[in-house]
Amino acid sequence: MPILEVESVTKMFGGLAAVRDLSFGVERGEIVGIIGPNGAGKTTAFEIITGFQTPTEGRVRFKGESLAGLRPYETARRGLGRTFQIPQPFPGFTVLENIMAAAFMHHPSRPAAERKARSVLERVGMASSAGFLAKNLTLADTKRLEIARALAIDAEMVLLDEVMAGLTPVEADEAIALLLSLNRDDGVTFLVIEHIMQIIMSISRRIVVLHHGEKIAEGTPDHVSQDAKVIESYLGEETFLA
Amino acid sequence: MRPTPRPYLAPALVAVALTLCGPLVARFSPSHQDLLITVLLYAYWATAWNILGGMAGQLSFGHATFIGTGAYTSSILFVKFGVNPWLGMLAGAVLAAALGLFVGYASFRYGLRDVYFSLTTLAFGEIIFLLIANTDYHGVFGGQGGVRFPVVEPSPLVFQFGSKLGYYYVIAPLLVVALTLTWWIRRSQLGYYLIAIRENERAAQAIGIDITRYKLVAVALSAALTALGGTFYAQYYLFIDPPSVLQSSLSIAVLLPAIVGGMDTRLGPLVGAIVLIPISEQIRTTLSGGVAGGHLVVYGLVIILVMLFIPQGLVGWIAERGWPAGQPGASGGPASRPAAEA
Repeated sequence: MPILEVESVTKMFGGLAAVRDLSFGVERGEIVGIIGPNGAGKTTAFEIITGFQTPTEGRVRFKGESLAGLRPYETARRGLGRTFQIPQPFPGFTVLENIMAAAFMHHPSRPAAERKARSVLERVGMASSAGFLAKNLTLADTKRLEIARALAIDAEMVLLDEVMAGLTPVEADEAIALLLSLNRDDGVTFLVIEHIMQIIMSISRRIVVLHHGEKIAEGTPDHVSQDAKVIESYLGEETFLA
Repeated sequence: MRPTPRPYLAPALVAVALTLCGPLVARFSPSHQDLLITVLLYAYWATAWNILGGMAGQLSFGHATFIGTGAYTSSILFVKFGVNPWLGMLAGAVLAAALGLFVGYASFRYGLRDVYFSLTTLAFGEIIFLLIANTDYHGVFGGQGGVRFPVVEPSPLVFQFGSKLGYYYVIAPLLVVALTLTWWIRRSQLGYYLIAIRENERAAQAIGIDITRYKLVAVALSAALTALGGTFYAQYYLFIDPPSVLQSSLSIAVLLPAIVGGMDTRLGPLVGAIVLIPISEQIRTTLSGGVAGGHLVVYGLVIILVMLFIPQGLVGWIAERGWPAGQPGASGGPASRPAAEA
């Protein structure tokens, strides 16, 4: 059974369908990519899955249970973590305090929350930044902080909204390595929105392609990169990928 | 953030200082005793206000409602029904928490925050003020006339003291309790959740925080503590009326020490009251013979200058310069977040 099932989800904003009749599933332990041009509905899909937006039609199931009507904090408590396209740290908290705030979910006592937070920081390679104020971090570290926050709530599945965007090639490589390691060693399932094709092609087992809110292709990276509709709407000329 | 070896050092120091001051206070002139008690009362109110305003970032402009609730509840219960004021004090706190939950739920449930929450609390405070000022109800509320206490033999049992020193020994422990509570909250899950909500509501939700619930906890706690101070006020002056305990200017007066002292800090409200209240009293006595309202103009200028040049508050300003007692870990927030400048 898939860990995440998106079933015929439609989201209307007035007369405009940001997402139309979208269905796809994610198996436990997978990394699935979502690609599509700007305005294709990728972030809206994330917002619906995590309860920040309610779908006009359709529903989302997580671990077999419907998420209908659940508020964002409730989806988080069920094990869905997320990052934001524009990073949303707690700027006045230190790095450690950012993670502790999340760790309190399963560790209500302060010493336990701090232990959990420190082990998460160790895991993502930010232990040396523990005392920095979050507002002083680089973009790469801010995005890493958001991943760490999702790990601190013991999220079984994490939705990453463009965590590589704006990073230098070296920083992006580090982020990819972290993501793959979390997936392989810690069993975290990922649903990833990313614009950099090279990255999404290399890390995803499957890719869902959105265009104008509709799914136009789904399959392995090789499969979707050969798809005529995908090439026409998003990838451009075939030589671009070669 | 480094783990602090003695996390409750600051409230403990305040407690020791206030205890040691006791014998000294006994030698003060009555007017100085009165000033000190006023400072401590405002420090207490501002500390209570700051749990909601500073930590959770929800600026209430209606805390006079909670002061009035505490004052009126215990006073009416005592004067009209003979209920002991100490019990009335607790009843007032419970009622204030309920009112706080009502206003809070009405606002937070529908996503009213920032300035809209402030305006809601302000409007609610005005409604209560007008309601009480125009309600006599067989002499229970007293309308414009307020509630006057009958002369009784002063006794700690009925929360009336023969000298001001007795009141000092009530408000000083209250302040220590409020400070200790603030310290405890700041280090607990509740404090982390409240600050997370203040810093970023979306991110707070994404890590599983029920933001409405925790804001309601903050408003109830803040309202209940504030109401205890309201009863103290009533017992201290033995007379209350709508202008003295329900007017919106009182709401402003209790939040100013927190803002001037530093909303992001735990000692800010106390420091703010120590600085502001004597200035306010001094200006009032010095200028009272001159132009009507002149003291308010000067007082307003002082506050404008502080806001202009030290928007992070006095303790926040000190913290930025590395004084250990006010480090980010101790203060728990950015020194210059937008709310602090509001």
